[in-house]
Amino acid sequence: MLSAEGLRHSFGSVRALDGISFTLSAGRTLALFGPNGAGKTTLLKVLAGLIQPEAGRAVVEGGRAAVGWIGHQSHLYGHLTVRENLLFWATLYDVPRALRLRRADELLRRLGLADRADVQVRVLSRGLMQRATIARALIHDPRVLLLDEPFTGLDLSAAAEFRELLTELTGAGRIVVLATHNVDEGVELATDVAFQSRGRFVHFEPRGARGPSDIADAYRRTVASG
Amino acid sequence: MTLIQKGRVVSLVGLVLLGAVYVRALAFTPTEATQGLAQKIYYIHVPAAVWAETSMILIGLASIFFLFLGDPRLDRFAEASAQVGAVFAAVVLTTGPIWGKPIWGTWWTWDARLTLTLLLFFIYLGYLVMRGAVTDVGLRARYSAVLGICGLLLVPFIHFSVLMFRTLHPQPIVLKPSAPSLPGVMLVTLLLSFGVFTILYIGFVMQTYALALAHEAGSDG
Amino acid sequence: MGDVLRHAWVIARKDLLLEFRSRTAFLSAAVFTALVLTVFNFGRDPTAVATIDLAPSILWITFIFAAMLALNRAFQLELENQALEGLLVAPISRRSIYWAKLIANLMFVSVVEAIGLPLFVLFFNVPIGNVLVPLVGLIVLATVGFVAVGTLFSAMVIRTRFAELMLPVLLLPFLIPPLIGAVQVTAALFAGRPLSEVEGWLRLLAAFDMCFVTLATLLFPATVNE
Repeated sequence: MLSAEGLRHSFGSVRALDGISFTLSAGRTLALFGPNGAGKTTLLKVLAGLIQPEAGRAVVEGGRAAVGWIGHQSHLYGHLTVRENLLFWATLYDVPRALRLRRADELLRRLGLADRADVQVRVLSRGLMQRATIARALIHDPRVLLLDEPFTGLDLSAAAEFRELLTELTGAGRIVVLATHNVDEGVELATDVAFQSRGRFVHFEPRGARGPSDIADAYRRTVASG
Repeated sequence: MTLIQKGRVVSLVGLVLLGAVYVRALAFTPTEATQGLAQKIYYIHVPAAVWAETSMILIGLASIFFLFLGDPRLDRFAEASAQVGAVFAAVVLTTGPIWGKPIWGTWWTWDARLTLTLLLFFIYLGYLVMRGAVTDVGLRARYSAVLGICGLLLVPFIHFSVLMFRTLHPQPIVLKPSAPSLPGVMLVTLLLSFGVFTILYIGFVMQTYALALAHEAGSDG
Repeated sequence: MGDVLRHAWVIARKDLLLEFRSRTAFLSAAVFTALVLTVFNFGRDPTAVATIDLAPSILWITFIFAAMLALNRAFQLELENQALEGLLVAPISRRSIYWAKLIANLMFVSVVEAIGLPLFVLFFNVPIGNVLVPLVGLIVLATVGFVAVGTLFSAMVIRTRFAELMLPVLLLPFLIPPLIGAVQVTAALFAGRPLSEVEGWLRLLAAFDMCFVTLATLLFPATVNE
């Protein structure tokens, strides 16, 4: 379970979060839309424990050990190979030794990195690096996924593969918060949809049966009405 | 009255009183037998040195409280204290040689007080330079607090190392240690000077603090 | 504490692997040490002052400057791809990060000193044979203090604009008390005087180490939290 209560945070005079509260139970996937500067990244950082909010609290069941994070940077070490990176993060997250190699191999295979496993990350193309980032985020089998525009840099087939992977992961009872400004990228995966603008949730509701175009319309209407 | 006006008043009072103390020092306090007129500088040198060190201690304490409470006023105070402390340290470092040259024939000597103040001066400069190099206000405050607390802890180490160094390599003592050996009149003048420097410290810090506050308000708005 | 050290070691090991892969930092530090010793040789008038009198100062100034160059690397490794953020999201104590960098820095600086000491003996003809053990002990004692404070400060300066210049400006005042101690004890050792004579300095160094390692451990989280 993941809950937020009255989150408020500013950077200097800029209000990044202005009173956000919500709850997500297991199996829910929240697609979080909003323009740049709406505070989506800040919200995710608070949920991940990177930022202590000025007011309010966020609780993630399982704490930081249960969180898988994909932000704007890969968190990969350029001079280590893909596999070495995965094993490092696995060790740091206290994944039992017996599981580490096996899970690493599996993720490498699943994300199409098996033949690049022993290549240093710094020579990878952007798309491959994003795939490696995804593997890194999943190596400790997190119950909660916080994804900040994770489709960036993925080509069509990789994006499709990632979407399939996400569908699998959410089906297993995980909680996913997916921030994006592209409606097509995340909507079909979502059980819930929220529009964030200027630090607040303008809407937070179940997606229902709506598709990307419906959501996009609703979003445009919200933005137009201020 | 606004803070900066109050600060100016306090500083002005302090400076006037400093003048008064000097009148007393020059006209009404006996001249020291061996050192002559140059010894009069003592009445600025010693209180300034004490306050240069006390500023650091206050910064350290304010920094500790800042890390627990997060109150930006503590950070602003620490910054003001660092600026004033640097000025007082500079006073010590200039009055020392002015005193030393006529008496010892050398401009500089590594005696305990000058060495301590020199190191404090470097820490103040580093503190202020670092503040200038960090743009994010929150980060700057946290970094300053860390540096301030480290500075506070370093002070006793400087004292001990300088003390031990001096027993091995005795340097000319720039100024006799204060208190018991001073005749009554001189002691009173010195104490008055301490009082004046306290007032000056408070006045200068008030002004600097108010300036920082105004600057922040200006840049936000 | 056990977890802190365990995680610290995982991170430190990764750092050493990265260091070994790219090697440039290490080679530069080693060459720098040799160069400084050479400069000292030509920067003095051998007829004016006996080498043995200057030797302790030469040794320690060389070590301090080589150490200062090396200190920034530790956190620079985490700047690439913002890996530091990954470390902050992970379920580890912030202190592990400090200890990891402290351990990695100590190992790096030790190796540089292990190269510098024989060169020093060679260039300046200093007979250290019978005081080798206490000398090495002293070097360890003093180095811990330098590196403890230096690691903390490098965590801060790494995010400022002139990190290479800022670190010495902030750090050198703090190194002066232990430096005085190190030079005094070294001078006593070279002159064949008993260690009991410099007991006060040894105590100062030990106290400095304990106080600043503790303080740095306590303060480090403040430098990375937002």
